[in-house]
Amino acid sequence: MTSRQIVGRIGLWLSVFVIVSPAILFFLWMISLSLKFEVDNAAYPPVFFPDRIAWKNYADVLASNRFLTYFTNSLIVTGSATALALLVGVPAGYGIARMAAHKSAIVILIARITPGLSYLIPLFLLFQWLGLLGTLVPQIIIHLVVTVPIVIWIMIGYFETTPMELEEAALIDGAGRWQVFRHVALPIAKPGIAVAFILAVIFSWNNFVFGIVLAGRETRTLPVAVYNMISFDQLSWGPLAAAALIVTFPVLLLTVLAQRQIVAGLTAGAVKGG
Amino acid sequence: MSALTQSTPAAASTEAAPEKELRPPSYWPFVVPALVVVLAIIIFPWVFTIWMSLNEWKIGSPTTFVGFSNYLRLTSDPRFLEAVGHTLVYTVLSVVLPLILGTLSAVVFHQNFAGRGFLRGVFIMPMMATPVAIALVWTMMFHPQLGVLNYLLSLVGIPAQLWVFHPTTVIPSLVLVETWQWTPLVMLIVLGGLAAIPTEPYESAQIDGASFWQVFRFITLPLIMPFLFIAGMIRMIDAVKSFDIIFAITQGGPGSASETINIYLYSVAFTYYDLGYGSAIAVVFFLLIVLLAAVMLHTRQRMLWTEIASGA
Repeated sequence: MTSRQIVGRIGLWLSVFVIVSPAILFFLWMISLSLKFEVDNAAYPPVFFPDRIAWKNYADVLASNRFLTYFTNSLIVTGSATALALLVGVPAGYGIARMAAHKSAIVILIARITPGLSYLIPLFLLFQWLGLLGTLVPQIIIHLVVTVPIVIWIMIGYFETTPMELEEAALIDGAGRWQVFRHVALPIAKPGIAVAFILAVIFSWNNFVFGIVLAGRETRTLPVAVYNMISFDQLSWGPLAAAALIVTFPVLLLTVLAQRQIVAGLTAGAVKGG
Repeated sequence: MSALTQSTPAAASTEAAPEKELRPPSYWPFVVPALVVVLAIIIFPWVFTIWMSLNEWKIGSPTTFVGFSNYLRLTSDPRFLEAVGHTLVYTVLSVVLPLILGTLSAVVFHQNFAGRGFLRGVFIMPMMATPVAIALVWTMMFHPQLGVLNYLLSLVGIPAQLWVFHPTTVIPSLVLVETWQWTPLVMLIVLGGLAAIPTEPYESAQIDGASFWQVFRFITLPLIMPFLFIAGMIRMIDAVKSFDIIFAITQGGPGSASETINIYLYSVAFTYYDLGYGSAIAVVFFLLIVLLAAVMLHTRQRMLWTEIASGA
């Protein structure tokens, strides 16, 4: 290596350090807050590495019986909304791609642009008339606003890139189009479905605005539950930070494990709805 | 060919061409379920919202048709007009800053270095993390007495700030969070653009002895322009609609200093339950986003023409 190359190398690592540190420092600080007793969290200058670690913060959050309810709610809402979206969205993406019906993407675009609150007003009234408020059904349905466009959008893009030759061969051999979809197109599309699944799960899990309007005391999802903690015990930072970390941990884990799929999906142009 | 004997009872279409496969089979049955869902949760709410916006519609009182008076009311609602101003400032800052920082980060991530994949995963964590959880920690960091941000400022000799607790600094502080959160998205899109650039221009530039800055300014930047534009568009749409961060950190406060259209819409619809007026805000809000997108597209077109004109 010439000295010029060495300088370049050092410069590169310095830049990498600078651009990655806001994310790293933030999450380290979040962990630090969640592991400290109130004495340390209220100290000035701030304590970064506490002498005593407050595992109790996590134990308290996990032990509260409501937490389990909210966790289950989140699982049910995100799980159902994602499963339903895949069920209708994967075939739709296939159909649109094969028909080359690119104009239909306008609906997805409108869905993308529309503020989440605009869906909430009419659907809120509808759910009220149907007497569904107080159950998880309204939230499952409205989360489809987030998940369905993501799945359709990603699947259109994916099916457009998969080769047609196999499908045509199967059609000529007398397979029905449903059989072709089921046995030829779908197996090839598995990576695309994985991308759609991961992004739908993350954006549904993270969704907050639908929950604050539609969730009652018993039907809160985790983001709403955490928000309600802010208003009630503003002063105990440790348990709050622990709760925040627990809520977002599954998503962060998924981000690191499946970053390749996430990057592929996000750069395909489908980014969060609602 | 066995197409003659083949029958698909599920498909009602009649475009079977027995002799040769002239037309592709109908794919409508695949789309219908999604169409039903989209009609129910996207189209229906839109039509209903427009209808409600023409009515005086409050929960607990009878509804009456009032024509465009909800829209007229908007033009003289100081809180709404103020919210439009806040939204525009917030949006411009939340588009420009991530675009600059995201492009710089993309140039760095385009290089080869050990652990690049993992670090990219870490880098995109802010935008994937649950916004409310993020907002909660930022709120603690913004705390004027105990917050870590003021401590960091004190280390470099900058006096303590009130951050989100003062009307003049609240929007810049929220933009800081938004920028921290969404710079990774710009980075990913631009990184995709960089990967698509051919290597030839760089090779010839190297032979000509161009500086790093010259290469960036005259080769890289023009080539990634389309990607920057897409990133800017997506960023604009998200920044205008930004809700979680603002609502969880300030709820539009202090006073109404950080009340954007979306936050105001929430108050009107779900604090005062004035659904007719809220619907009118939703419609205008949507049109505003479409307008901003149109302006961006128009600017892009003009830039293209200027480029062509100046290049000729």
